[in-house]
Amino acid sequence: MNIQPANIDIAEETRIRPYTMNFGPQHPAAHGVLRLVLEMDGEVVERADPHIGLLHRGTEKLIEHKTYLQAVPYFDRLDYVAPMNQEHAFALATEKLLGITAPKRAQYIRVLYAELGRVLNHILNITTFALDVGALTPALWGFEEREKGMEFYERVCGARLHANYFRPGGVAQDLPAGLADDIMEWCVSLPAFLDDLGCLLTENRIFKQRTVDIGTVTAVEAMDWGFSGPMLRGSGIAWDLRKNQPYDSYDEFDFDIPIGKTGDCYARYLVRMAEMFESLKIMKQAIETMPDGDIKVNDYKISPPPRAEMKSSMEALIHHFKLFSEGYHVPAGETYTAVEAPKGEFGVYLVSDGSNKPYRCRIRAPGFAHLQALDFMSKGHQLADTVSIIGSLDIVFGEIDR
Amino acid sequence: MFDQLARSFLLTEIVKGFSLTLKYMFFMPRVTINYPHEKGPISPRFRGEHALRRYPNGEERCIACKLCEAICPALAITIEAEPREDGSRRTTRYDIDMTKCIYCGLCQEACPVDAIVEGPNFEFATETREELYYNKDKLLANGDRWEAQIASNLAVDAPYR
Repeated sequence: MNIQPANIDIAEETRIRPYTMNFGPQHPAAHGVLRLVLEMDGEVVERADPHIGLLHRGTEKLIEHKTYLQAVPYFDRLDYVAPMNQEHAFALATEKLLGITAPKRAQYIRVLYAELGRVLNHILNITTFALDVGALTPALWGFEEREKGMEFYERVCGARLHANYFRPGGVAQDLPAGLADDIMEWCVSLPAFLDDLGCLLTENRIFKQRTVDIGTVTAVEAMDWGFSGPMLRGSGIAWDLRKNQPYDSYDEFDFDIPIGKTGDCYARYLVRMAEMFESLKIMKQAIETMPDGDIKVNDYKISPPPRAEMKSSMEALIHHFKLFSEGYHVPAGETYTAVEAPKGEFGVYLVSDGSNKPYRCRIRAPGFAHLQALDFMSKGHQLADTVSIIGSLDIVFGEIDR
Repeated sequence: MFDQLARSFLLTEIVKGFSLTLKYMFFMPRVTINYPHEKGPISPRFRGEHALRRYPNGEERCIACKLCEAICPALAITIEAEPREDGSRRTTRYDIDMTKCIYCGLCQEACPVDAIVEGPNFEFATETREELYYNKDKLLANGDRWEAQIASNLAVDAPYR
């Protein structure tokens, strides 16, 4: 058989399409189930296209079919690195619709645990970020300290990750005896560990070569792309919801907002590092100035009565049954309530139609806004730099895919 | 300038890093635990495998009020009930699908008689899925097996509940 060579234009033949590469969803540096379709020009990334949705569970829709109390555990699985910070947003949103405020002690316990969550989150992020750029030791050490923090979670609520602890109207249970002292001890000892961690990374030339001037975001770009949290502060904008619109007694604590100057991956690392020290400051103040009193609102229409009273008083028993079967009705209305989660502004848009279940619960996850900026941040950088950028974004797929 | 040059030439940060690593290797106490033989600490509030408890006289506590079934966010609990021969209201079926359960602890909060509790056991992995569909016999057996520890945990936690 005689095959005639096709008449191909030389220019057509030599034009090379960008090489399309699949990154993830099971890549160890993809932080969960991120799938990136990268268009490469040699080793340089021309376009990064994140494909999300592999961890979609329909949380928002599920919440529409749960009472307000039942909806709380769903928030633990959004950003599963710092579960209680998510519950905080939902608890505050529900309280706003109900028109109640949690008692002072409950607010302080929430602040204490929200800041503990921030420290745990940043330890995980910094150490895995270091792992992504090639340093294994911080991850092995960091998990030891993180484990101690998780034990504090476990002691207060009974689970290391699936907390279900912050409730609308307060917290589920009071701190057990001795826990506050142990947390205080940990707060005092942790800075030595953080200094060791910084000693390994901050001046390390390999770490700096991999992060300085990589994924630079200017202040204007950070605003345009809807950044929040350390991503925004790394670009030099001092915006922190704990300071700018304080919730839950944050205005009574003395702390600073660290900001970065350069907006690159290194600046974001430095901001997170500094934030951990500030969080420890808040935790110490919270333990020292913790007031006595109730840990949930003293209204049996909203929070269940104590067990001893439930077993002896008929009225309390009726309230107990009502709360755990029907739940409480929330007045019709809508609210957008945001908290400063470790990753950025975590917001809950809650619409109530006056029934015992939310009509709509939209969740604003900070990681989503950060991930969409990955394309412009990694453009022109090498493939290995994309990994450092993902590490510094601090994304968790539980909240992005919801 | 000279200082920075000297530091970068002498690899100071690398030396510092290695000395820190060696310090942790040789002079810090061991933190890893030998898991099946040693276990991490667990608080009285720990929420593990479920158990149905009995009164000291052997009578089962559950009165089939179905509050746990109503509050369960994962719809993992199924209860059927009818009056027993002596007229008391008891369950004829109490199933928990442990593959659905999210261990949120709302069932034990809801239970007015402390019948269903989440015990201290976290080692109940099975080889088949079917073994995780717990029925009433299995839950009562769990309760008999862990009663001592569950009772002491509840006693410790009682002032906070």
